[in-house]
Amino acid sequence: MMKHTLGPLLLGTSLLALPASAEELKIGILFGFTGPIESLTPPMADGAELAMKEVSDSGLLLDGATVSSVRGDSTCVDASAATAAAERLVTVDRIVALIGADCSGVATAVLNNVAVPNNILMISPSATTPALSSDSDKGLFFRTAPSDARQGELLARVLIDRGIKAVAVTYTNNDYGKGFADSFDAAYKAAGGTVTLVAPHDDGKADYSAEVSALSVAGGEALVVLGYSDQGGNGIIRASLDSGSFDRFAVGDGMHSEKLMSDFGPDLQIFGTVPWTVGDGSEKFTAYAAAAGKNADSSFVRESYDAAALILLAIQQAGDPGKAHEHVMEVANAPGEKIYPGELAKGLQILKDGGDVDYVGGSDVEMIGNGESAGSYREFENKGGKFETVRMLGAE
Amino acid sequence: MTDILNGLVHLTSMLILPGLAYGSQLALGALGVTLIFGVLRFSSFAHAEGLSLGTALTILITLWLQGMGVSLGVLPTALLGMLLAMPLLALVFIGTDRALYRHFRRINARPEVFMIVSAGVMLIMNGVIRLVIGTDGRDFEDGERFIVTARGFRDWSGLAEPLVLKTSQMLTIGLAVLAMACLFRFLNRTRAGRSMRAYADNRNLALLSGVDPDRIVRLTWVLVAVLSVLAGVLFGLDKGYRPFVYQQLLLPMFAAAVVGGLGSPVGAVVGSMIVAFSELALTFAWKKALTYLLPAGLAPDGMMQLLSTEYKFAVSFLILVIVLLVRPAGLYGKAAR
Repeated sequence: MMKHTLGPLLLGTSLLALPASAEELKIGILFGFTGPIESLTPPMADGAELAMKEVSDSGLLLDGATVSSVRGDSTCVDASAATAAAERLVTVDRIVALIGADCSGVATAVLNNVAVPNNILMISPSATTPALSSDSDKGLFFRTAPSDARQGELLARVLIDRGIKAVAVTYTNNDYGKGFADSFDAAYKAAGGTVTLVAPHDDGKADYSAEVSALSVAGGEALVVLGYSDQGGNGIIRASLDSGSFDRFAVGDGMHSEKLMSDFGPDLQIFGTVPWTVGDGSEKFTAYAAAAGKNADSSFVRESYDAAALILLAIQQAGDPGKAHEHVMEVANAPGEKIYPGELAKGLQILKDGGDVDYVGGSDVEMIGNGESAGSYREFENKGGKFETVRMLGAE
Repeated sequence: MTDILNGLVHLTSMLILPGLAYGSQLALGALGVTLIFGVLRFSSFAHAEGLSLGTALTILITLWLQGMGVSLGVLPTALLGMLLAMPLLALVFIGTDRALYRHFRRINARPEVFMIVSAGVMLIMNGVIRLVIGTDGRDFEDGERFIVTARGFRDWSGLAEPLVLKTSQMLTIGLAVLAMACLFRFLNRTRAGRSMRAYADNRNLALLSGVDPDRIVRLTWVLVAVLSVLAGVLFGLDKGYRPFVYQQLLLPMFAAAVVGGLGSPVGAVVGSMIVAFSELALTFAWKKALTYLLPAGLAPDGMMQLLSTEYKFAVSFLILVIVLLVRPAGLYGKAAR
């Protein structure tokens, strides 16, 4: 029974896929629709399709081409399943570009096994591992989420800009903490700072005085705490204050909690970095998505919309989907007219007329390095018991 | 001269005071372990949970006392709550004994069976603690937190290194010494204490001499409850209460009791100090102390830290293994019975 239906079915899909003319462009969406983040992916895919619909409706892409999406399941964790799904999208559905994959591991597998061999532009909205920053992608891979290493670089810059030249670092003993500490260490040393000691701490312990004692012997003008405010990070600060070892703390996003000041008093000297979205792009996206009846507040929805928008703008700039990857950086960054969510038609028109665009989108897109978003962070500092923004940290 | 003072202050503040406090907390716990082993003849895996439950009860009573407006001024209110928690925990222990251990005593079960039963008790108590107080950490220390603060000492002495003495450290050391003095006096000088030791030494002979075994068992649990509440609350005051951190104390407590010789109260105290100071000294970064204390030319470059602090728990294991290999009966233990 299966045999008889399968043959015509396969034939049917390949026949349908054949007329991939300039009139209809297919873009793959490879997210984990099953697996550990299956609750996040439907709004993400909706976000990406929102941009495609906007472009199709405008009729301004190339010679009035329409865009449609083909969804594939990356499973988030199974690299071989994700590779097979991507393979199918490329060979059977004839996609011209790929949005995804969502999770870092499967994104790496798909990039190396499918995108690079087939010369397919690939933009991931949510893969954040620093490993994807390496330049083995033949210029085909971009991401609209910042690398995990980014915050380490920014925190290093914050300390250097404050004139703090020697610090001790302690991080929570897991992938997040280790990666953060590594990128901070490298960036801080490169900027001329001295790291006296990098020591891990385990969460959920009763007492951190031994850790703090070692850190204080190493010394430093401030203690960098890359942990969690309700876990070991709290214990580290308590033991530091109690023993008089450190009174100035630089922290990352895991420690961005005003409860620290209610625990240790409003005079606590603490500052740090945290991902932060402000500005027109974010508000405009919320309004735009709401008008379309979509969920804008779920994680990585903005980044997904931006990934799709960047692909389409780059195709328009290149004039040929096969060369789109050469133009992603151009449309993402200055110079040019700023393009916000819901203004893709305007962007397409400008490009058609030979102008320049600087895509801002819902997540303040600014591409740095090897094609990854600079992200949007704020430097915060405790002023009288409340965290206040010192400045926004951008791409420069 | 200033260098030597700085070095001594640094060692006192970072190593000696924390070591004494931690050692005292361990000692109170290890005394419980050794009493249960000596009199009831088994290793109680539920002992750490007992500490945790005793502390949880104390915290709840303390909250109630604070709600009534009771306060001890500069001292933590928990000291008062502790006194009320002790009889409660004793009732819990005696109840557990009636429900479980007594049955196995009557059928003359082997020590291994008791051990497994105590593991079951540990799991049940673990669940009860979750029900009673939840899983979050709590700070229940009120009153003055410091006797000597870092800043205060620096300003007063003009030294570069701060000396810190926490109220909880002082209380721990003081109360532990007091409790141990009372315990030893009780065991050596009172009739009840002597019959307890007789029962521990030779059960049959003691029974023949007319010692009431049920009374001895009850008495033991009461003593263990008092010691457990003391150890748990002092540890919690010093380091903050987290219900499941106490499980991490089980290994050091047993290591301490074994080092001293299971069944020997003096051994438990000495063993605790050995374990506490080994844990701290092996993971202590000696660089600063040596730089102060050695002549300028000999100052070390590295951190002079033998083990990274994550290996703290490995130290108890190491001590346990070495003692079991070299001197299985422990320092003060009798040769194998």
